[in-house]
Amino acid sequence: MAEFAATVYQNEFLPDGGTDVNAIVTITCTGAGTAGQSGSGAAGEIIIVDTSGSMGRETMEAAKDAAQAALAEIVDGTRFAVIAGTDGATLAYPDVQSGPALAVMNDMTREDASQAISRFHASGGTAIGAWLDLAGSVFASVPEVTQRHAILLTDGENGEAAGRLDASIQRATGYFQCDCRGAGTDWKVEELRRVAQALLGTIDILPSPAEMPEDFRAMMQTSMARGVANAQLRVWSPQGAQVLFVRQVAPTVEDLSDRRVEVNALTGAYPTGAWGDETRDYHVAVRLAAKAVGQEQLAARVQLAIGDDVSAQGLVKATWSNDSELTAKIDTQVAHYTGQVELASMIQEGLAAKAAGDDATATTKLGRAVQLAAESGNAEATTRLRKVVDVDDEKEGTVRLKRTIDKADEMALDTASTKTTRIKK
Amino acid sequence: MTESRTCPSCGAPAPGESNFCEECGTSLAAPGATADAPPAAALDQAGEASPISDLGSGPISRATSMNHSAAEPAQESTPRPCLSCGGVIGPDLYCEQCGVKALSARDHFREQAAPWVAGVCDKGIRHHRNEDAMAMMASPDGGAADRRAVLVVLDGVSNTDDSQIGSLAGAKSARAVLAVPFPDGLGTPESRLAAVTQVLTNAVKAAQADVVAAATPGSPHPASATFSAAVLEGDVVSYANVGDSRSYWLPDGSAGVQLSVDDSAAQAMIAEGMSRVEAESSPQAHAITKWLGVDSEDHTPMVGQLQITEPGWLLVCSDGLWNYASEPKQLTDQMLAAGTVDPAALALTLTEFANACGGQDNITTVFARIPGPVSVHNAEQTPTTKEHPHG
Repeated sequence: MAEFAATVYQNEFLPDGGTDVNAIVTITCTGAGTAGQSGSGAAGEIIIVDTSGSMGRETMEAAKDAAQAALAEIVDGTRFAVIAGTDGATLAYPDVQSGPALAVMNDMTREDASQAISRFHASGGTAIGAWLDLAGSVFASVPEVTQRHAILLTDGENGEAAGRLDASIQRATGYFQCDCRGAGTDWKVEELRRVAQALLGTIDILPSPAEMPEDFRAMMQTSMARGVANAQLRVWSPQGAQVLFVRQVAPTVEDLSDRRVEVNALTGAYPTGAWGDETRDYHVAVRLAAKAVGQEQLAARVQLAIGDDVSAQGLVKATWSNDSELTAKIDTQVAHYTGQVELASMIQEGLAAKAAGDDATATTKLGRAVQLAAESGNAEATTRLRKVVDVDDEKEGTVRLKRTIDKADEMALDTASTKTTRIKK
Repeated sequence: MTESRTCPSCGAPAPGESNFCEECGTSLAAPGATADAPPAAALDQAGEASPISDLGSGPISRATSMNHSAAEPAQESTPRPCLSCGGVIGPDLYCEQCGVKALSARDHFREQAAPWVAGVCDKGIRHHRNEDAMAMMASPDGGAADRRAVLVVLDGVSNTDDSQIGSLAGAKSARAVLAVPFPDGLGTPESRLAAVTQVLTNAVKAAQADVVAAATPGSPHPASATFSAAVLEGDVVSYANVGDSRSYWLPDGSAGVQLSVDDSAAQAMIAEGMSRVEAESSPQAHAITKWLGVDSEDHTPMVGQLQITEPGWLLVCSDGLWNYASEPKQLTDQMLAAGTVDPAALALTLTEFANACGGQDNITTVFARIPGPVSVHNAEQTPTTKEHPHG
């Protein structure tokens, strides 16, 4: 049985008149078990592969290998399907005469699905919205499937009419999770990131076909290890208080504030998707009415809930003090993640400015990103940044844009911008 | 008793060696005692052990003593609502509505012994726990000729160990000693006062025994406490104090008086001619010269009596209150502002006043509302005030 634990990092001391409380709440899940086998409903997996005409022969073959590698990781008994995506969406497996369906994984269905994948051939366009919609109706065909996860691979920009993709994303949000991968460099990071963020999935670039099978294998392994189908982060705040924001800050930055669903007048729930054995960090900020020096109160209860059962709770407190030694300190976790959030936005804003031809802004923002990555010891971000800028002074954040930049490097920097490092404890 | 136990009253874990619950102060001596029983049992035990048990049965009815027992801090079986907003207290001990930290039954408790006698004992804001304690009892009718009320306050000294346990146990024991009417002595005013002094001294001794018992053996900072008690019998208030917890008589129609005399450095400075304001704001003002505890060399109480001649309020309080209103006039100003004749509401209002002033110390406020003299025949016999530093 999965167990959750919550730990709160904060400086609870506020100066006289102080109102804003910041805390990092670390939630760790252990004993998650296997997807679909932990009593929280059956698991369903859908592999969506772009089979549009833009897929070159080498990429198409690698995509087939990758999809088959993912199939191999799907645990027997799991419901699954394979979708081939072009201008429309085709249910490539299971091979049914009419309507959507999910097969049950066993040696035979795995082999049949593998055969179906090997018959993919590239033609037509890219319609990601249609792919998501078909995945949604395929999941819906088997109501006992409650843990729904898809892997989506594309190599191109979406060809659908404006608004179509967003409507499809909206329909899928809260219904299934989707990890997204872009093959090559002809797809749009911003577009795929919208899908991944809304559908609580990861995003990454697979510049070379050779990486695909291993990446798909790992993605499916992670999904199969999520024995907790669905959980919510719940944040209670006292009457009269205001929740300023709720963000996931590790392993990636996701602002959850707008995803709040009211549980009751004082409690909001934020979807977290499925959990395996993992740790996620959340930054919660609450504004309180100031109280007298010496008084203590609860600023937030941060809970991990499965259904209506609270599995873990962290208490965020506030104590007013006139001891400036106590009140002036910023918690190191809070400071670290505040820096990581800024790092993510500096990278994204810097690359957007560069794309818009505003090299001055791009240089300033990416320079700040270099500085933040160095300060926080985010070595991965530093490595990626150094493929896009030449660094004159890491401490000061003085950089120059490289004259020639490999597009894959720029996209890798963008897709990984929300990845954070944990503080060295 | 080396196995791990839990407090029968509040459920807090109790280490094998302790005699009292560290959370609520309930005695752990009788593990079989139910949550309903301890106060009455404590009264009986103390009564049997007391040298005054043969001094006659008093007018305090069983029902009355049960009434105040029902208000004991240790008696709450269901969590009480949030003291700030009335919301439900969560299992994490914070209010589910306003988030205020729920004070334990030891950190904030209220008692009402009768409609005319009530008190509030509160942690204040700055201290980490409430080491003050109070105990009281009263006959049902404050206007009856045989009225009787006992008001006891002990202020556990901070920076000592287990003072919160000793002070509460001591207050209850003192109340038990004072539960029966004072003896008449030989009938002369002098012998009456001597007899009253003896009983009040016995109450101090009983409290002293509890404070000593609460001290952890070998502690460098053994539990210690002040003591202040006032007993109204008919129209006569008898009072005693050790340390700087006080009793005041605050009549409706004339100037109030502080009855007790502090055993404090500030009082010594006042005695040498310094003004009260100056003395009480000096750095050493709160150093007390007498206290209860293992290291107490002299805990002889200052005892006195006062004849009631008009309606008013009898107040026994700790320095957590009088720090912000030391002069009787300052207290009556706050009481008038409160605009109530309900002692429970008044005690709560003055507690809130002290907290609003900073709540630097634990705050205990016990009031008896005295509607006026009930007898006329003995007004001549007894001097209006007299003090008898016994010992």
